Amino acid sequence: MVSPHPLVSLLAILLLALTLASGLIWFERRLLAWWQDRYGPNRVGPFGLLQVLADMIKIFAKEDWVPPFADKVAFILAPAIIVVTVLLSFAVLPFAPGVIVSDLNIALLFFLAMSSLGVYSIVLAGWSSDNKYSLLGGMRAAAQMLSYEVFMGLSLMGVVLLAGTFSLNGIVRAQRHLWFIVPQFAGFLLFFIAGLAETRRLPFDLPEAESELVAGFHSEYSGMKFGMFFVGEYLGITLISAMIAILFFGGWLGPGLPPLLWFFLKLFCFLSLFILMRAALPRPRFDQLMAWAWKLLLPLALLNLLVTGALVLAFLPRR
Amino acid sequence: MATIYVDDRPCRVDPQQNLLHVCLSLGFNLPYFCWHPALGSVGACRQCAVKLFRDAHDRRGKLVMACMTPVADGARISLADPDALAFRAGIIEGMMHNHPHDCPVCDEGGECHLQDMTVMTGHDYRRYSFPKRTFRNQYLGPLVNHEMNRCIQCYRCVRFYREYAGGRDFNVFGIRNLVYFGRYQDGVLENEFAGNLDEVCPTGVFTDATHKRHYTRKWDLQFAPSICIHCGVGCNLSPGERYGLLRRIVNRYHQDLNSYFLCDRGRYGYEFVNSESRLRQARLGIAAGKWQSLAAQPAAAWLGKLLAAGDVIGIGSPRASLEANYALRLAVGPRRFFAGVSDVELRLLRLAADLLRRQPAPTLREMESADAVLVLGEDVTNTAPRMALSLRQAVRQQPLAELEPLKIPVWLDHAAREAAQERRGPFYIATPAATRLDDIAAETWHAAPGELARLGFAVARVLDESAPAVADLPPPVQALAGRIAAALSSARRPLVVSGLACRSAALLEASANIALALRRSRQDHARLAIAVPEANSLGLALLDPRPLSEAAGAEALIVLENDLYRRASASWVDELLAGERRLIALDCLEHPTTRRASLVLPAAAWSEDEGTFVNYEGRAQRYFAACPPPGEIQSSWRWLRDAMREAGREAAAGWQSLDDLLAGLARDLPALAPVLNAAPPADFRMAGARIPRQPHRYSGRTAILANLDVSEPPPPPDPDSPLAYSMEGNPDQPPAALLPFAWAPGWNSYQAWNKFQEEIYGPLRGGNPGVLLLAPEPRPAGDFFRNVPPPLAGRDGEWLLLPLYHIFGSEMLSRYAPAIRQLSPAPYLALSAADAGSLGLHAGENVALWLDGRAITLSLKIRPDLPPGCAGVPAGLEALPALELPAWSRIERGHG
Amino acid sequence: MFGIVRTIWDVFRHGFQPRVTRQYPEQPAYLPPRWRGRIILSRDPDGGERCVACYLCAIVCPVDCIALQATEDAAGRRYPEFFRINFSRCIFCGYCEDACPTYAIQLTPDFEMSEFRRQNLVYEKEDLLISGPGKYPGYNFWRVAGVKIGGKDKGESENEAPPADLRQLLP
Repeated sequence: MVSPHPLVSLLAILLLALTLASGLIWFERRLLAWWQDRYGPNRVGPFGLLQVLADMIKIFAKEDWVPPFADKVAFILAPAIIVVTVLLSFAVLPFAPGVIVSDLNIALLFFLAMSSLGVYSIVLAGWSSDNKYSLLGGMRAAAQMLSYEVFMGLSLMGVVLLAGTFSLNGIVRAQRHLWFIVPQFAGFLLFFIAGLAETRRLPFDLPEAESELVAGFHSEYSGMKFGMFFVGEYLGITLISAMIAILFFGGWLGPGLPPLLWFFLKLFCFLSLFILMRAALPRPRFDQLMAWAWKLLLPLALLNLLVTGALVLAFLPRR
Repeated sequence: MATIYVDDRPCRVDPQQNLLHVCLSLGFNLPYFCWHPALGSVGACRQCAVKLFRDAHDRRGKLVMACMTPVADGARISLADPDALAFRAGIIEGMMHNHPHDCPVCDEGGECHLQDMTVMTGHDYRRYSFPKRTFRNQYLGPLVNHEMNRCIQCYRCVRFYREYAGGRDFNVFGIRNLVYFGRYQDGVLENEFAGNLDEVCPTGVFTDATHKRHYTRKWDLQFAPSICIHCGVGCNLSPGERYGLLRRIVNRYHQDLNSYFLCDRGRYGYEFVNSESRLRQARLGIAAGKWQSLAAQPAAAWLGKLLAAGDVIGIGSPRASLEANYALRLAVGPRRFFAGVSDVELRLLRLAADLLRRQPAPTLREMESADAVLVLGEDVTNTAPRMALSLRQAVRQQPLAELEPLKIPVWLDHAAREAAQERRGPFYIATPAATRLDDIAAETWHAAPGELARLGFAVARVLDESAPAVADLPPPVQALAGRIAAALSSARRPLVVSGLACRSAALLEASANIALALRRSRQDHARLAIAVPEANSLGLALLDPRPLSEAAGAEALIVLENDLYRRASASWVDELLAGERRLIALDCLEHPTTRRASLVLPAAAWSEDEGTFVNYEGRAQRYFAACPPPGEIQSSWRWLRDAMREAGREAAAGWQSLDDLLAGLARDLPALAPVLNAAPPADFRMAGARIPRQPHRYSGRTAILANLDVSEPPPPPDPDSPLAYSMEGNPDQPPAALLPFAWAPGWNSYQAWNKFQEEIYGPLRGGNPGVLLLAPEPRPAGDFFRNVPPPLAGRDGEWLLLPLYHIFGSEMLSRYAPAIRQLSPAPYLALSAADAGSLGLHAGENVALWLDGRAITLSLKIRPDLPPGCAGVPAGLEALPALELPAWSRIERGHG
Repeated sequence: MFGIVRTIWDVFRHGFQPRVTRQYPEQPAYLPPRWRGRIILSRDPDGGERCVACYLCAIVCPVDCIALQATEDAAGRRYPEFFRINFSRCIFCGYCEDACPTYAIQLTPDFEMSEFRRQNLVYEKEDLLISGPGKYPGYNFWRVAGVKIGGKDKGESENEAPPADLRQLLP
């Protein structure tokens, strides 16, 4: 297979990621409706597909307002950070053999680093808005994302042990015979939960919990700045879904179909799973969220690492 | 004060009263029908039943009628007792047996005492299934509508109409359950107070027939506290407006003046405001009979240019507010401000004002308790109608004083009248012709005004030797003077009533002499009332205008709300207006003067305007606008202010509100400064809020103007008063001068006034509105007038022409109201039968009346009551030219 | 823990159940006759205007969106000279229908009255008046009310005795 020029890949992936993120808006609304015995947006264009366009026009036409009491620089910077950090992560994702911007040998660490940077966006947004609800949202986000990051990294170490590499390409190739979901089922669960919390998706959307905090950290945002948070969130979901596919479900690997198709098939399955979580689960209390992270999930992740390590030492031949 | 226990609550009450009166005074809701604060108790309707207990241990008690039971100290009653409640509900149910199912189309609906009482007692479902009795209605004239099916037989109407107002053409007919209230046959109700049946009737049998033509429910009317413009008594009333049209007038309680009743001129004269003859646009006369409409600004500029040039005189008006007259006085200067009344009238008004400074005039309520009355020269029913109703009460009340030994309380009306039988208080009437009060007079005497004055001087002379003697008095007149003097001197509260109707200074002086003589003989309660012709006659006189006859010689002439052709002879007015002289007329209605004007400025009608009237007592009372003036129309004083602003006059240019003008008035004329206290200023607020003009359930706020523009405009601002053109504002009771209408929870009818009084039939809470401008000087000086007129010398072939007043017709504004116009007489010439006989004339024939060398053809009417040598013509009819009466004239057989 | 998984499964299964949404306007909704929609003025069985201009609908209206003026024909039958409802203010509470003593004003199961210009939501009597009696076929206020109108003299209403003869004195 001929691999395209990295610059072509870069442009294609950038375009694809952004289109996907905005398309997800429609996708999510339709899917939620489907699970709630409704139709969802079905009036604008065929199957309501142009709803996204209508929403885009609306959000661009909205007044882009910066509250006079806000810290202007941080306020404007915050939404940009989240989009940039998430998009950077996309650079190391192998979509198909050769379809990758940069096959970094520490891609997994890069991904973890970028997702930790994302928290700055939320904290800055909450703080710079100079609004008690925003600040509360920002603080929640900081605590939540830091806590879940810890075992997110740990939960992936099992995969790294099995694959013996931090390169995502290498991890995918390591699953030629067996997807890591089998040996690393616990790791998958932990990563999935951590992924939900990292993207602040329901049921873990406490930073913006609208029943308590108006709209949390982005209460003061409007227009396209709000749109950036919105897009950032969907990009985050896409990223985590892609990571799940790559780390546990063999990435592009699959019989019969072209690799790219396999990849997207898997990607959409996990996107749907994210949306199903939103449709099904209520939001926990914040103290429950923190207690699970530190008292349950972190020990579980350590246990998983311990057991995997032990088993790898015992059974796998040393490389 | 006595203490009674109402449902075990101790209450301090007036021991002279009945239980119903005191319960209502205390604010309890006790239903009633036949009782009326001014009419007393008869116990006919059995609606006000309460439980009366023997003592604190009595639990059984007995049902009594509250209105028939005198207050006893320590009495224990219960309003909430189940027996009393059931009894009252049963009475209502009985009344509703025959009440028709027509509230939706009944004009009383929403202000119906029967509705209120039915709701109060809780009756809601008709169990009686037999047919309802029905009656045929009568035509009762253009003022009162009759719908007899609705009657509940409370008898209030006959008690008011026959007993209180002295009407004869209305009665109760029939037997058993077929009792009918009406006339013997269809016809116009003769009494001048018939319109009060609308408010006296607790349900919709008698309703306002003029209101019916543009019917609006009470809750939909925008009311204003106002003062009647149709005579000088100053009755308080509430004009109600909706959709820009003045819909009706209702009584506004004032303890000292109109209390619960108005005359029909005041109640029905309002329709002039809606007249086709309203002036709505400023206009400039460009050629004879040709007009050019003008916008407000250029019109004011046009007048301003004239004012700046300087040579302008102004003629005021007795029917314009004090403020408008003052604005004109300021615009032209005090030396160029002339009275808009004849010279004689102005002189008499000044005399009346002087007399008021000597001694306060009696209020109408005080007149009702007078125990001897002399009416000298004034046809009160036709010149100051509401005063006549009070004088009638004086005659009815006087005998009741003798009831004390019988221990019959005055409020126990039927028993009291029964005891008084036909006895009437001493009441003497000396007038040029018969009056509508003659039926209650002990003696009447009809003579020429000069003769009447001589009688008055003679009475004073009998009372006090130091009064001037009257020479050559015929013995019968001397004897009459003696009888009148005896009646007055033996009374505790004697009253002399006179007025300007005869345009005779001698009459006023004679009346003043009698009052002075009475007071010198230590009758401190002796009173003199002088009826003045128009709403602000005294106010105009207090601004010290120059006599009208001196008005001449200026370039331009501003006439304020006045028709000069009513004030002076046509020839004199024509001469005044001749040549290149500019005439600027400010008025609300088209009349001969506006037709001749170079510039006409449309002034707000009284119901759209705010200002002050000074009534016969010298009481300054503020009236407020029921709605803002429509379109280009604005208050006279605003037109004059705009003109003065254009002319660069500093003093008036800054006037933004009526209060600014009043402040200037008080600075300029310190004697009139108390006028500031006639009502609270425009920045007065109750708990920070204005006082709403509309009832709180005023409907249609978002639909009234929706056909023009679906976006509702804000309510019009009102810089001149603390009232708002809105339903929003403070719902509490405002000061009495600002009270637009009466409504209380559960009391939608006019009986709601009970809830606004300190005590029933007493003062409104916060005091009666108005301030007396002419406070008597501390030591009432004054001496007898000594100009006794000589006996009337008849002239050969000439008759002394006297003005005959008509309640409907003699007053200008009300004549523009269709209903009043219908009732006003056709022009006629009245002669006594003997005089007509001597000329060989018969009733209905045309006669020629020669005045100022001109003949007027009139139809002859025989009036047997006219004194010999005197003729009469109706005063103030527009079909007749202005006549300076009394005057000598020749009468001939007319042609055609 | 099992509960969470069970919930997710249940929600997922909902995707295969029929949808409750009705595709208005392709599938029109059923509205019961008492549904409170566009207001109309009805006529009595004889074809005359039922409204007697009693102003009760106007006073009861909580948003004050009804304005009218009463007038009478020569025979004394009262009717509204104009009758205006500002539907841009109307909240379709139905109080006017409750208050109406003659069943004249009625709310109908029709709500499709959107306009691009708010001014077009102001309805006058011509727009409100329908040709039939609406929900109450039999009722005629004038047959019950004890007043005289054209075609019905005193004493001819339901449950009324003929007008009393005042000249007779029989006990």
